[in-house]
Amino acid sequence: MRATRLFACASLIAGACALAPANAFAQESPQALRQEIDQLRKDFEALKQQYGDRLTSLESKLAAAEGPPAPAVPPTEAPAAAAAPTPPAAQVPPGTEGAGGAAGALPTYGSAVSGSKVFNPDMAMIGDFLGAAGRNTVNPSPAMEMHESEMSLQAVVDPYARADFFVSFGEEGVNLEEAFVTLTELPGGLLTRVGKMRAAFGKVNTLHNHILSWTDRPLVTQNLVGGEDGIDDAGVSVARLIPNPWFFLEATGQVFRGDSGDLYKSSKRSDLSYVGHLRGYHDISESSNIDLGFSYSSGHNDAAANIVNENPLGDFKTQLYGVDATFRWKPLQRSLYHSFIGRSEFIWSRRDQPNGLQASTGFYVSGDYQVGRRWYTGARLDRSDRATDSSLTDTGASFIVTYWPSEFSQVRAQYRRTNYALAESANEILFQFQFSIGAHGAHPF
Amino acid sequence: MTRYVAWLLGALLLAPVAARAQGKLNVMTTTEDLASIAREVGGDHITVESISRGYQDPHFVEAKPSFILKLQKADVLVVVGRELEIGWLPPLIQQSRNSKIQPGAEGYVDASMQASILEVPTAQVTRAMGDVHPLGNPHYWMDPENGKRVGKEIADKLSQLRPADKAFFQQKLADFSTRLDAAEKRWLEQMAPYKGTKVVTYHRSFPNFAERFGLDIIGYVEPKPGIPPSPQHTLDLINEMKRQNVKLVLVEPYFDLKTPNAIGRETGAQVLVLPPSVGGIIEITDFFKLFDYDINLLVTAIKQVGAK
Repeated sequence: MRATRLFACASLIAGACALAPANAFAQESPQALRQEIDQLRKDFEALKQQYGDRLTSLESKLAAAEGPPAPAVPPTEAPAAAAAPTPPAAQVPPGTEGAGGAAGALPTYGSAVSGSKVFNPDMAMIGDFLGAAGRNTVNPSPAMEMHESEMSLQAVVDPYARADFFVSFGEEGVNLEEAFVTLTELPGGLLTRVGKMRAAFGKVNTLHNHILSWTDRPLVTQNLVGGEDGIDDAGVSVARLIPNPWFFLEATGQVFRGDSGDLYKSSKRSDLSYVGHLRGYHDISESSNIDLGFSYSSGHNDAAANIVNENPLGDFKTQLYGVDATFRWKPLQRSLYHSFIGRSEFIWSRRDQPNGLQASTGFYVSGDYQVGRRWYTGARLDRSDRATDSSLTDTGASFIVTYWPSEFSQVRAQYRRTNYALAESANEILFQFQFSIGAHGAHPF
Repeated sequence: MTRYVAWLLGALLLAPVAARAQGKLNVMTTTEDLASIAREVGGDHITVESISRGYQDPHFVEAKPSFILKLQKADVLVVVGRELEIGWLPPLIQQSRNSKIQPGAEGYVDASMQASILEVPTAQVTRAMGDVHPLGNPHYWMDPENGKRVGKEIADKLSQLRPADKAFFQQKLADFSTRLDAAEKRWLEQMAPYKGTKVVTYHRSFPNFAERFGLDIIGYVEPKPGIPPSPQHTLDLINEMKRQNVKLVLVEPYFDLKTPNAIGRETGAQVLVLPPSVGGIIEITDFFKLFDYDINLLVTAIKQVGAK
């Protein structure tokens, strides 16, 4: 209170000083000036007295009120404004509001330190329940499984960075899916990430399970790009927008330790793996757009691990090349009800092995159409050689129906037929139940 | 091959940053309403563009990369706030590589800070209530009084960033407020005879509008915010509308008219597509025309159906 009063006095004096010179120029007589100053001083004393009285009465009123200190809203303003939380200082952060009172300051329990809970990260948990019926001798999944429970913790670290953690609890234990810090303040428009992350190879590799429009991942991912986890490794990523007058163009360069499932295997520090990605995007109209990507990746594979002696045949490497294309259509005014996404990825793999180079190819083509506000249908065609033996080719086809009770849950059924190279074909019906709680995540694009 | 790819990427990553001219403030807004108000107070000293269009649902905007390019060059970003944009704005801001418009930074303006916000929950909020906004109803711009407050918020930010133009922005704000006051008086007079008219709206987009202009919203086509109509709820609503003799159903332009039309047929109510935003239809080109259009539409309809 005292500080407020001092501040008020100081600002009044400052105001008086600012006024004085103007008057001095207007009337040049020093006598008049002195009178003027005396008058000002008197006014100031009167104001100060008035201000002080008002403050003391307010203080006593506050003390009498005892309860939570109500924000002093000027009574002349619209009374409805009082319902709104007051500006930044007392602002309750998004997501935490529901627990306490509606407006104003956060409740603090115990010591004032517990107010630090406002800095808790945004938390969310997404459950992914899978079911399967039918016969599959090559890659059988259980009749029912709580496939994954993914927890996300996201917050701003400091004025220079934000952090994202994604931990998934699966049937086989806990897996740190991603954990990285994003530096937002680097010069030159470099978007830099450090930590463990899904590599920017193509489209599907960057996506978490719950964002996919299928219950599984395409055959080409399973065969050539490291399976469900894909290229997911510890490293550094740098991405930059390439300025040009025509379209969105982004280049990403990533360096990883070199361990990614059964795709890359690092046996010494210099066995790093690399990923490069170039993405172009263009709006065809306000409701349709096209997204193109070129990807490259290389790293050391595990072919040498089967050789008993001290690696006499030199390093075995795998190189991957990818092209991805996405076409999206979503009419703005009816975006709640209809949309279409067509997508395809082609991937070429060149894998060194003791028995020679295996050059394998694979692709998928998919389309998803939103029929109504809650219904989606889709189809996917798969074809892929095996990475370790390019003469073996698996093919598949899927049909998908998805129902969205709300933004926060979805039910999905997928019919999948897979023709395996060396085994009998599999006909399966796969089910998925997904549900998310916690902070409202961003919708994927 | 690896080497070539590495070189190519290196060259692309080190390419020169486009030079940016220091001239007019480049203001991006999330909605066309904010863009219109920013244009009023910024005049020709700023350039303004909105990310979303007035005829789309502001809750569900796609985070297109082309918006990243626009945000990258922005000096100021004005958002509606109250978590309206939570589903799409955060990734855009993050990828914009623009430190000026990060939340909390100098160029980030939450337009709701001084506005009068309704429907702020006073008890525990759960998603069983649908897609509720824990920080209150974000459709607060549908009230000219809040329009003035948003104008002040923007004018103050512009003055802070361009102190030399402060007098200009404050003058524009004063002018905007005066014209808005005059218009509001006219709108209130137009609506005065119909105070207390009972209506049903599709989504909870109109509480501020209803409060200012004396409409009585007795129900919603959505059973809960963000949840599509269900047969049982529609039936209950029809019965309630018959009981209270409600003759108007107000629908935002981005919702399907099937259920509202069915309700209209059952109850004899008129279904009005009432744009809640500038740009909701072509004729609504600014904040004034938004209320002009909506109030004319309402008054005409109320006269026709003779509702009370």
